[in-house]
Amino acid sequence: MKIASSETLQEFMEDKLAVAGAVLLLAAVVLAACPAMVATQNPYDLAVLDLEDSYQPPSKDFLLGTDDQGRDVFSAVLYGLRISLVVGFVSTFFSSLIGLVAGLLAGYGGKWLDKIIMRFADIQLSLPVFLVALVIMAIWGQGLIKIIVAITICNWVYYARTVRGIVLSEKNMDYVQAAEAGGQHPLMIMFSEIAPNIMAPVIVIATVRIANAILLEATLSFLGVGVPITRPSLGSLISNGYEVLFSGYWWMSVFPGLVLMAVVLAINLMGDRLRDVLNPRLKR
Amino acid sequence: MITYLSSRVAHALVVLLAVSLCVFFVMYKAGDPVELLLPPDASQLQVEQMRKTLGLDQPFWIQYGLFLKKALQGNVGKSFIYGQSALTVVMERLPATLELASAAMFMAVFLGIPLGVAASINPKSYTSKGIMFFSLTGISVPTFWMGMVLVLVFAVTLGWLPSSGRADLGPFMSFFSFEGITYLVLPAVTLCLFQLALILRLTKSGMMEVLLQDYIKLARAKGVPQKSVVMFHALKNTLIPVITIIGIQFGELIAFTIVTETIFAWPGTGKLIIDSIQNLDRPVVVAYLMVVAVIFVLINLIVDILYTFIDPRVRVQ
Repeated sequence: MKIASSETLQEFMEDKLAVAGAVLLLAAVVLAACPAMVATQNPYDLAVLDLEDSYQPPSKDFLLGTDDQGRDVFSAVLYGLRISLVVGFVSTFFSSLIGLVAGLLAGYGGKWLDKIIMRFADIQLSLPVFLVALVIMAIWGQGLIKIIVAITICNWVYYARTVRGIVLSEKNMDYVQAAEAGGQHPLMIMFSEIAPNIMAPVIVIATVRIANAILLEATLSFLGVGVPITRPSLGSLISNGYEVLFSGYWWMSVFPGLVLMAVVLAINLMGDRLRDVLNPRLKR
Repeated sequence: MITYLSSRVAHALVVLLAVSLCVFFVMYKAGDPVELLLPPDASQLQVEQMRKTLGLDQPFWIQYGLFLKKALQGNVGKSFIYGQSALTVVMERLPATLELASAAMFMAVFLGIPLGVAASINPKSYTSKGIMFFSLTGISVPTFWMGMVLVLVFAVTLGWLPSSGRADLGPFMSFFSFEGITYLVLPAVTLCLFQLALILRLTKSGMMEVLLQDYIKLARAKGVPQKSVVMFHALKNTLIPVITIIGIQFGELIAFTIVTETIFAWPGTGKLIIDSIQNLDRPVVVAYLMVVAVIFVLINLIVDILYTFIDPRVRVQ
């Protein structure tokens, strides 16, 4: 099961929607990496803001309108997108890493290690993920690093469970048996023999989880326990606009929401296709 | 069967015990409630006395033991804000939350499964593609934003439905009156969208896998009509994993009512927990978390037991 093979890529490209998703995500990542390229102002720089510009509807000067402080919503959305994507990607990277290691140890490491790790997972899954993240953030307080840690803590379980399941069946495969007979160290078998062979499902979960992590961050920020408003994410921008949404200033929360949705949709489109392409059970 | 059941119940109890320890530990670390309970000009002596009466001068394990002992009697302390037993405060608001969550789950199941089946039969058709795109949008849209937009469109702009609140009719009576339903529609739709999309997608992918199985081919070869192949042979086996997810997702739904209730000012536990977190009302937060954990574990237990009835393979293991 090679991931980077040209066949897989070709199959992926057959789905136009998935390609559209990939292009959209790429555009979002580029814009988020250097928002100054297209932004008309630096939304964090209070000196460039003019209170006389506050609550302007979308126009030629302010493409998506302005907020209560006269900040250009278009620029704020670009910088907010960066925060949202950083939270999504970084937390997914760490949770998949932790989950992969935990799943390998549980599946291959043997009895008591398996019991301890899976009990941990059980306990964590006995409360809804969203609630765990909410309580952690409510007690710990707002912060970018904090929310990344909180989401990582909440998500590793998903990878660990799946990886463990696959490792249990992979254990009896010839290549593992051969490595064992060859006297390889168990850690070597885990990480250099088994791990590369189970990356496909990990990647599939990871795409779904990036989308979830971005939504989770936005929801927590909306409830006021996410990232601080001084460096707002898309979620905090929506939250900020919510206060005046029904006074007619709809653009402040509608546009960040649309961008958030578009990015998550793009990731999900790719994830959907990746799952079909990498799932051998559907190919017969 | 009895051994299986008792081991499952024992497992559930261990999990609940562990959750209670985690919740208590987090709350213990979160800070000293004495400062919040006493007026700011309280003397050192008063603080010491308060500590003693609340048992906060004891070491962690003794505090936890006392907490556990009281919790087993249904007493997790008095709410700092409401002055009542925290558990009572939570339980009073629970029916409103369950009402909202069950309305959302009902819609999600009764729309999600048929749509999923429809999309699986002819996956290349435009209808199927349309359904799948809708479901993908459903899992991509942030719940809270969806709620805001629905209020903006249907309550503020069109004025068709009330923007917030709940008709005061008594527990679970919202379903039986026109007024009750008008209040329920927007929050329930908001809450249900993600679950609907999820159930739809699971049903569809489950059906796609099952329809490739040999026994389906056999049924078709025997000349069983398409309708009954889909409805009986395939759907029956697809539903097994879907039921598990419905069970797990009902717990997630209860958690997500926090968001929906905040937006729609729905007087349930979700709004209560957000207020309590802001007011640092620890006993209520603990009571809420324990109630949710109990509901969650109970649902999982019920799903596991249901499994043994639906899927004969589980019974053998």
